[in-house]
Amino acid sequence: MADDNLVEFRDVTFAYPAARGERVILDRVSLQVPRGKVTALMGASGGGKTTVLRLIGGQQKANQGQVVVHGDDVATLDRAGLHALRRRMGMLFQFGALFTDLSVFENVAFPLREHTRLPEDMLRDIVLMKLNAVGLRGARDLMPSEISGGMARRVALARAIALDPELIMYDEPFAGLDPISLGTAAQLIRRLNDALGITSIIVSHDLDETFAIADQVIVLANGRVAAQGTPDEVRHSTDPLVHQFVHAESEGPVHFHYPGPSVADDFGARASGGRR
Amino acid sequence: MTGLLSDLGRAVRLGLSAVGLATRLFVRLLQLLPATLARFGLVRDQIHFLGNYSLAIIAVSGLFVGFVLALQGYYILQRYGSSEALGMMVALSLLRELGPVVTALLFAGRAGTALTAEIGLMKAGEQLSAMEMMAVDPIRRVLAPRFWAGVFTMPLLAAVFSAVGILGGWLVGVVMIGVDAGSFWSQMQGGVEWWNDLGNGVLKSLVFGITVTFVALYQGYMAQPTPEGVSRATTRTVVVASLWVLGLDFGLTAMMFTV
Repeated sequence: MADDNLVEFRDVTFAYPAARGERVILDRVSLQVPRGKVTALMGASGGGKTTVLRLIGGQQKANQGQVVVHGDDVATLDRAGLHALRRRMGMLFQFGALFTDLSVFENVAFPLREHTRLPEDMLRDIVLMKLNAVGLRGARDLMPSEISGGMARRVALARAIALDPELIMYDEPFAGLDPISLGTAAQLIRRLNDALGITSIIVSHDLDETFAIADQVIVLANGRVAAQGTPDEVRHSTDPLVHQFVHAESEGPVHFHYPGPSVADDFGARASGGRR
Repeated sequence: MTGLLSDLGRAVRLGLSAVGLATRLFVRLLQLLPATLARFGLVRDQIHFLGNYSLAIIAVSGLFVGFVLALQGYYILQRYGSSEALGMMVALSLLRELGPVVTALLFAGRAGTALTAEIGLMKAGEQLSAMEMMAVDPIRRVLAPRFWAGVFTMPLLAAVFSAVGILGGWLVGVVMIGVDAGSFWSQMQGGVEWWNDLGNGVLKSLVFGITVTFVALYQGYMAQPTPEGVSRATTRTVVVASLWVLGLDFGLTAMMFTV
């Protein structure tokens, strides 16, 4: 049933304009994100994972194809429609993106103050509940400059769930975390997903943690979907692209080298080799 | 040859699109006046921030400019035996020219750079993106209050500059040199016209406030979201805003005071 998918990409192509021509990031990508599940988007850096999130949030528009969220094609929404859509989703940025001039409490209160007219005591209760969910109720009065990177991301998570979204997108939630924070963060994502009935999309290249909590894994490589399935299916995939990624091999179909002139051209060596 | 042409074409296109983006942002900020005033708390905080930031440097500069004006003015005026016109000379120089212009230049260096760096860092730290994803428009929530705060603050700061400058002129002219206090003040009262001098000066400072604040916000909003990008944008704010102020000042002076 199509309704089971909260997000659906239909043949989406996306390219950045570059100095000469354009750089294709996504090449006719189709994927589905089922409702209520944790979906992991994996792939090499610069492989278009963050672009997928930006397309879902309507911060960028696809050159071709449709990005369907909650049954609406994101590209056709006007500003009001887009804002209505965004109020139903939360996004966790890579480094938290907390507002540096506001305290932890005010950061979490920000979306509530902007979008609701709650009385102050009720607002306080909600903020403290959200902070409690990420274990930082005691840190409410600190400023973002006074907390660690892992804590900042948890505050950002509390802020992302402040308006009870139906979809949360995590951009590299594990990057640069120590092993303990990493495990806690992963469990937190899974717990929030199940407890609040949210749909989660995680962009990550941390294989073990991501495979441990995801229901579905999508591997992006060279601008295309290389695999889509349960963690086990992806782990045992025979596709050379996926195999290379899951087993962290440097040689394979995913290009390690940025496109450019051939080695022989750059270093002046002749195909036959040897000195003249 | 074709490479040169295409580079030229690209430069022109980039320039034109920058003009377009700036114009759209400017119009948007003007349209947001009612929405911004509806949440006056945000503007008040920014006025407090911008004003506080610049008040000390502007008061001190005003004092010294007043000192120097009195010294130089006395030197010229006493040659023609009209040193009692010193008060009028100091007041007119400050109200018509130096108050608005020097205040705008100092405002660009002090508050403008702070605005650019703040907005640029918010962009680099994905704070503006985060706000967009929360369905909050950063132009409405972040840029508009700062813009209107800057527009309101500039005339106030220019007034402080001129007032302190006149006091400085009095200190040097009357207290130090010994120009007659009665003629110093009465010549000033007689020689300064409400609309022609004071009003036009206030108008100038309003125009400069719009210019400097807009340049600072635009540079921050369009900055490359990297540390180098933000530092370049901050420098550009001072250069671009100062040139605009000086250019506009010539234009405004020509229109206002030649009739």
